[in-house]
Amino acid sequence: MEQATEAPLKKTPLNARHRASGAKMVPFGGWDMPVEYSGIVAEHVAVRTRAGLFDVSHMGQIEIAGNDALAAVQRISSNDASKLAVGQAQYSGLLTEQGTFIDDLLVYRLAPAHFLLVVNASHIPKDYAWIAEQIKPAGDAVAVDASSRYALLALQGPAALDVLQPLTGVELAGMKYYWFANGEVASVRATISRTGYTGEDGFEIFVPPQSADRVWQAILESGKAADVIPAGLGARDTLRLEAAMRLHGNDIDETTTALEADLSWIVGWKKDDFIGAAALREQKANGVTRKIAGFEVLDRGIARQGYDAYVGDAKVGVVTSGTQTPFLKKAIGMAYLPAEHTAAGTEFDVDIRGRRTRARVVPMPFYKRPK
Amino acid sequence: MASYPAGYKYTKDHEWVELSGDRGKVGITDYAQQQLGDVVYVELPEVGAKLRQGQSFGTIESVKAVSELYAPVSGEVVDVNTALKDKPEAVNADPHGSWMIAVRLTNAGESDALLDASQYQDLVK
Repeated sequence: MEQATEAPLKKTPLNARHRASGAKMVPFGGWDMPVEYSGIVAEHVAVRTRAGLFDVSHMGQIEIAGNDALAAVQRISSNDASKLAVGQAQYSGLLTEQGTFIDDLLVYRLAPAHFLLVVNASHIPKDYAWIAEQIKPAGDAVAVDASSRYALLALQGPAALDVLQPLTGVELAGMKYYWFANGEVASVRATISRTGYTGEDGFEIFVPPQSADRVWQAILESGKAADVIPAGLGARDTLRLEAAMRLHGNDIDETTTALEADLSWIVGWKKDDFIGAAALREQKANGVTRKIAGFEVLDRGIARQGYDAYVGDAKVGVVTSGTQTPFLKKAIGMAYLPAEHTAAGTEFDVDIRGRRTRARVVPMPFYKRPK
Repeated sequence: MASYPAGYKYTKDHEWVELSGDRGKVGITDYAQQQLGDVVYVELPEVGAKLRQGQSFGTIESVKAVSELYAPVSGEVVDVNTALKDKPEAVNADPHGSWMIAVRLTNAGESDALLDASQYQDLVK
């Protein structure tokens, strides 16, 4: 195989641990990351039934601070950050003027005028450059790429709370979904956030890079009795797809708007102005012509990213994510389809390597955790 | 370290064939299943299909990826392991026991060019 000459892959602080543990490593967004430890299916099922531990230290952290930090965040982030209390987080989009996705992100309010944005690994330089430039009109606020200051672990699954609680003084049961608190984990300074990318209960834990391995080991030790296992990006992808969480680069990108991606709920419609607002308001008034939809494959076969969708002989859209899900044990996916073909129950065809295969639109998420 | 049955012949594309008279059973190697990860779908030809050596005879899919299956020898498909349709994970659990198709060879001489177990082992080590 030929490989273009590229910069060496970046490594998270847990790289040596992954390699020593026998994880299968792959390049991902410029990083050398574990795709699986014991196998995608085993890891996926562990997260749905017990818990799995992920290293997501490749994710980027950009901080915005200053007297006008809120105005700065409001300008570049689609969701309404004024609704955030200190200690609360929200999902949002970093949009172009056209209302399409430069990236998606989580916005944490660390202090009244101090925000932390968590962005996708492969977009850190692009996002930072965009944000630093675009917040200038907002006044007194600066952006800092703080990615190298954080390692990020994700403990996900129904057992996550019981596994993490013995390691921290932070009262986890009282922490609501999408809230966070500062404290310690295994005697290491940490920010613990009740968030995740799996559709399961769980926590994301920000720690200093030099302490990441200690926290990683402590969590696995604490989780031993519950059979908590390390998990890789492969299971992370199948888990997020079952939960219908969008993946930037697949389901959303600079060609798809927040409305087409059916993410109207992360648009702060009542905000004065933000980048992309005019385009989105116009699209909302006129209606979208295409929209993302969840689907199940009815015949045998797996519809994957990039496969074309057909109604009759007409090519009408494209699959943006698709797999055979380990937990639901069926072939599911997301596709952009003409808006009139996105009602649940609508059937269409996917071209699976030259064979037309029937699929049906179903409501998302595909999986919802039992309360 | 996986052990590769000495009686099988192997391709550089990581299929094996177990020859017996003018018949050959075909599967994929332990190395191949490890590279694929969890197998979730196997698509195989119909009995009667005629294959040329090196031709694709089906596809195998893991959670992450799709791979083609290539015929190690030319021949006519005389049997298909339909059990893999419902239990594709058997390919992970027992790759060298999970045959996919059986063919009647149409060119017995061409199997001489395939790798033996020790040559294959060298290829994947």
